[in-house]
Amino acid sequence: MENRRKKQSRLRDIWRQLKKSKLSVVALIVLCLIILVAILAPVLAPYHYAQQNAKLKNAPPSAQHLLGNDRLGRDILSRLIWGSRQSLQMGVLAVAIAAVVGILIGSVAGYYGGWVDNLSMRLLDIYQAIPMFLLSVSLAAIMGPSLKNAIIALGVGTVPGYARIMRASVLTVREKEYVEASRAINASNARIIFKHIVPNAIGPLIVQITMGVGSCILAGSALSYIGLGAQPPIPEWGAMIADARGVMRQYPTHALYPGICVMISVLACNLLGDGLRDALDPRLKN
Amino acid sequence: MLRYIIKRLLLLIPVLLGISLVVLILIDFTPGDPARMMLGAQASQEQVDALREELGLNDPLPVRYGRFLWGVVNGDFGTSLMTKRPVIDEMLERFPYTLTLVTIGTIFSVFLGIPIGIYAATRRHTWKDNAAIFFALIAVSMPSFWFALLLIRFFAVQLDWLPYAGVETWRGWVLPCGAMALGISALIARQVRSDMLEVLRQDYITTARAKGLSEQKVTYRHALKNAMIPVIMVIGGVFGSSLGGSLITEMIFSIPGLGQYIMTALNNRDYPVIQSGILIISTMFAIIILIVDVIFALVDPRIRSQYTKAKRKEGKQHGKQTEEAVEAA
Repeated sequence: MENRRKKQSRLRDIWRQLKKSKLSVVALIVLCLIILVAILAPVLAPYHYAQQNAKLKNAPPSAQHLLGNDRLGRDILSRLIWGSRQSLQMGVLAVAIAAVVGILIGSVAGYYGGWVDNLSMRLLDIYQAIPMFLLSVSLAAIMGPSLKNAIIALGVGTVPGYARIMRASVLTVREKEYVEASRAINASNARIIFKHIVPNAIGPLIVQITMGVGSCILAGSALSYIGLGAQPPIPEWGAMIADARGVMRQYPTHALYPGICVMISVLACNLLGDGLRDALDPRLKN
Repeated sequence: MLRYIIKRLLLLIPVLLGISLVVLILIDFTPGDPARMMLGAQASQEQVDALREELGLNDPLPVRYGRFLWGVVNGDFGTSLMTKRPVIDEMLERFPYTLTLVTIGTIFSVFLGIPIGIYAATRRHTWKDNAAIFFALIAVSMPSFWFALLLIRFFAVQLDWLPYAGVETWRGWVLPCGAMALGISALIARQVRSDMLEVLRQDYITTARAKGLSEQKVTYRHALKNAMIPVIMVIGGVFGSSLGGSLITEMIFSIPGLGQYIMTALNNRDYPVIQSGILIISTMFAIIILIVDVIFALVDPRIRSQYTKAKRKEGKQHGKQTEEAVEAA
């Protein structure tokens, strides 16, 4: 009970700080809306994403098709709405993989120190010596093009960042009195790590995770653009841009809309991340 | 100082060994048989088996790893399965394209990003600052390939000022470098701004102001100089990672660079190219980071003093800082 109240007050504290910046609140609302759109896609989309209409190839916007139709006569608005699912999945799931693995590596390395720490940091050195996007592209290409593989590739490619931040944070938490206290009452290492270290060290990761979702949506759209993400006819914003390349000259808006969708989602993540950083920064607290 | 450089170079060796092993293992898991890819679908199983034997694909992993390393030590990075030419020759042919793209793109970004960052920081919390930083944020959030397509649509198709693909003339470089520079310059602007703000609240800035220096002098001589270190780290980081990340830009503008080479190899399962390509790009990446670190140690007296004591720990820590800057990028 005591613990829960503490957690709530901490969340409320962050929210109070975050509220001060209107831009962050707007970003949060936009993100919620995008999530809502993704969840409600079947209800919101006026047409199915793969429904073709031969008469309406590259048709301009009309009352039935608000954003017009693509080169196969599919409703662009519906595809954008369905596409939010794939793009959001890429962002959220890839970060989830990266964060979970990163937190595990970072907290174990930071907590045990010594050779465990040394070994895992050297392994991360190897990892990070390969430029991140090149690594993700190679992984995705090697595993074969699919949404699932793209998510894994993005997640695996971004682990080191999370692991290092977590480790640095754990190093500061490790020496706290409450950790010593739980060690004194003979708590197991696993219990100390998961009950005491991780919850208290995870703060600095929050900003990284928020922005990570944005950068994974961005990198994911790039993977899809080169054909390594969601496979047709399933719509994904990056893949939609690639699909519109051929008609770029006559119908530039086909590529414009999905790009704007990516931009807004990533922008919202970045704004929220900036806001959270300020909210969590003790130096800026009044 | 020399000892430090040598030590960092030596530390590089296990990292590169690790990379080549990881890539080899990855290729091992790759579905799709390179021998089958080379011979085509109508080749008989015996032919494929014979070619596998000839290429040494049936040897156990440690043997292949050893053979690869022995080749690298002797300057032999393998032969492309597709073109039958040495990988190193093909990469050297393509490297100038990627290097030009990334270098000019980065220079563009520096000249765009640093002034914007200073502009925003010296007008903190005014609408000018907000506008500059909001545009930078939009630029960071844009897919670069999408921006490249828009540039092509506008400057090459609509206005017909510049070619939409190919880099035979200097005009062909403008759009790819511009597309590349947008995101990077915004990243630099954001970094400059936050570091400048950090520095501007230091006591020595107050001192500089108190002794009557002009705001210009305070900004450029005192604040900017001190704010540059993390900025240069970010620049070095993005320069290095762009070497590996320029592949989409290269594909869009049909630039025959390293990125496109590796992408083709990935699609064709041309494993000697994948293996050596990733190794070579990663080596360049690591060397750029090393150069950035060495420049700091030479330029910044605070860092230099750490190495004159030749303390091992501090050297390591410093290396990590750059890595973190790269991550942030």
